[in-house]
Amino acid sequence: MNTFGESLATALGLIAGTDPQLWPIVRLSLAVSGLATVAAALIAFPLAAWIALTPFRGRGVVVATMNALMGLPPVVVGLVVYLLLSRAGPFGALGILFTPAAMVVAQCVLVAPLMAALARQTLEDALVEYDAYLRSLHATKLQRVATLIREARFSLLTVLLAGFGRAAAEVGAVMIVGGNIDGITRVMTTTIALETSKGDLALALGLGLVLVLVVLLVNACAHGIRVYSARRYG
Amino acid sequence: MNQPDLAGLGRARLELRGVGVVHGGLDILHRVDLAIPIGDRTVVLGPNGAGKTTLLQAIHGLVSLSSGTVQGVGADRADTSFRFGFVFQRPVMLRRSAQANVEHALAVLGVPAAQRRERAQRAIADVGLEYAAHRPARRLSGGEQQRLAVTRANALDPDCLLLDEPTANVDPAAAAALERYLLKLAAAGRGFVMTTHDLAQARRLAQTVVFMHRGRVEEVAPAGEFFALPRSELARRFLNGEWLE
Repeated sequence: MNTFGESLATALGLIAGTDPQLWPIVRLSLAVSGLATVAAALIAFPLAAWIALTPFRGRGVVVATMNALMGLPPVVVGLVVYLLLSRAGPFGALGILFTPAAMVVAQCVLVAPLMAALARQTLEDALVEYDAYLRSLHATKLQRVATLIREARFSLLTVLLAGFGRAAAEVGAVMIVGGNIDGITRVMTTTIALETSKGDLALALGLGLVLVLVVLLVNACAHGIRVYSARRYG
Repeated sequence: MNQPDLAGLGRARLELRGVGVVHGGLDILHRVDLAIPIGDRTVVLGPNGAGKTTLLQAIHGLVSLSSGTVQGVGADRADTSFRFGFVFQRPVMLRRSAQANVEHALAVLGVPAAQRRERAQRAIADVGLEYAAHRPARRLSGGEQQRLAVTRANALDPDCLLLDEPTANVDPAAAAALERYLLKLAAAGRGFVMTTHDLAQARRLAQTVVFMHRGRVEEVAPAGEFFALPRSELARRFLNGEWLE
């Protein structure tokens, strides 16, 4: 077995040498997680806005449930999505199991509750700050939502990045619904798991480094956005 | 209690009849009868907890009334649903430029996009904040933010401004600048109803004083008369700096 140093050196060589095996996996990972994050945002943000601005009976239970769903185990999400998309499942006719589309669905299900919970809290904080002012203008609900989203845009962008980070780093759900098929559904996390089990630590480590870089970049972006918004808009 | 003669006012005015506001089982406003001439400088005086802020909120429809009515009465106009511009004790500024803050308020009001910039620029210039038009509003000083809040409310072209202790959190120089601006607006016909604890400020600004205590209007009088010879015992004690329980 390679030592860690040798594996690291080989991994860096793979990254620097634009290894033909490595970059398609990276591209697919980013595409799947990016699409899943966008899809989750389209569901989570309107839901968060509605919950943040609408008093209704049982709201506390809904909020507590949303918060609890932030910790959904990826393998459980994978299993549920697998059952839904399998031939015998209600969405089996779609025929997307073991395709990147199924992975997008699984990651979307995984990160949507996280993004909805964080976005709801963000919008509620903005509401506390601006509600009296908006009511003094007799703003409509739509105007209030639009204003709150605009005012909280940098925080919501951070929520988006947090969702992407969670999606990109998970392995259980995409492994189950994607099947880790070489050249079709193999993404960074599943490849790392597979190659490690095979003993090919160089590729696993190379992908691991790229994954860490992606996560670092996402977090750096989130931090940069926070600093920029504080400096630019107070 | 000294109540105004509601029927005797011939000008456009706001009439509050038997207005009550209850919150948490407490009477915040108790059967308030009041006539406020639109276009005048009305100052609402009273100690903490008198119900001054709630009175402004009731006028603007920001709190539910437990009793009574708030009604506009127009002397020379068919439309008596008056429009108000509300200014809070602590200015609420959106995370955008000073000018964009004014434009936002105009947008909410439904002013067409083509007119917003020009109206916002005019409002900013009117209050002497041209130099800060494109600066982030939340980066302005407290006094500048409050002047911006007033001109933003004024840009909505309201019948009357409702000002909730607008100088409570600004330094004396900024308060003086704001007072000058309010007097300028009033001279141009934009009256206001303002709450304050500051007796000196009330003397400088008020045409009419409404004195409140514990959710009740205790006295309404022309400012000169109120400060020279208050009719109610509570007002006399308040003017003498006594603690009102």
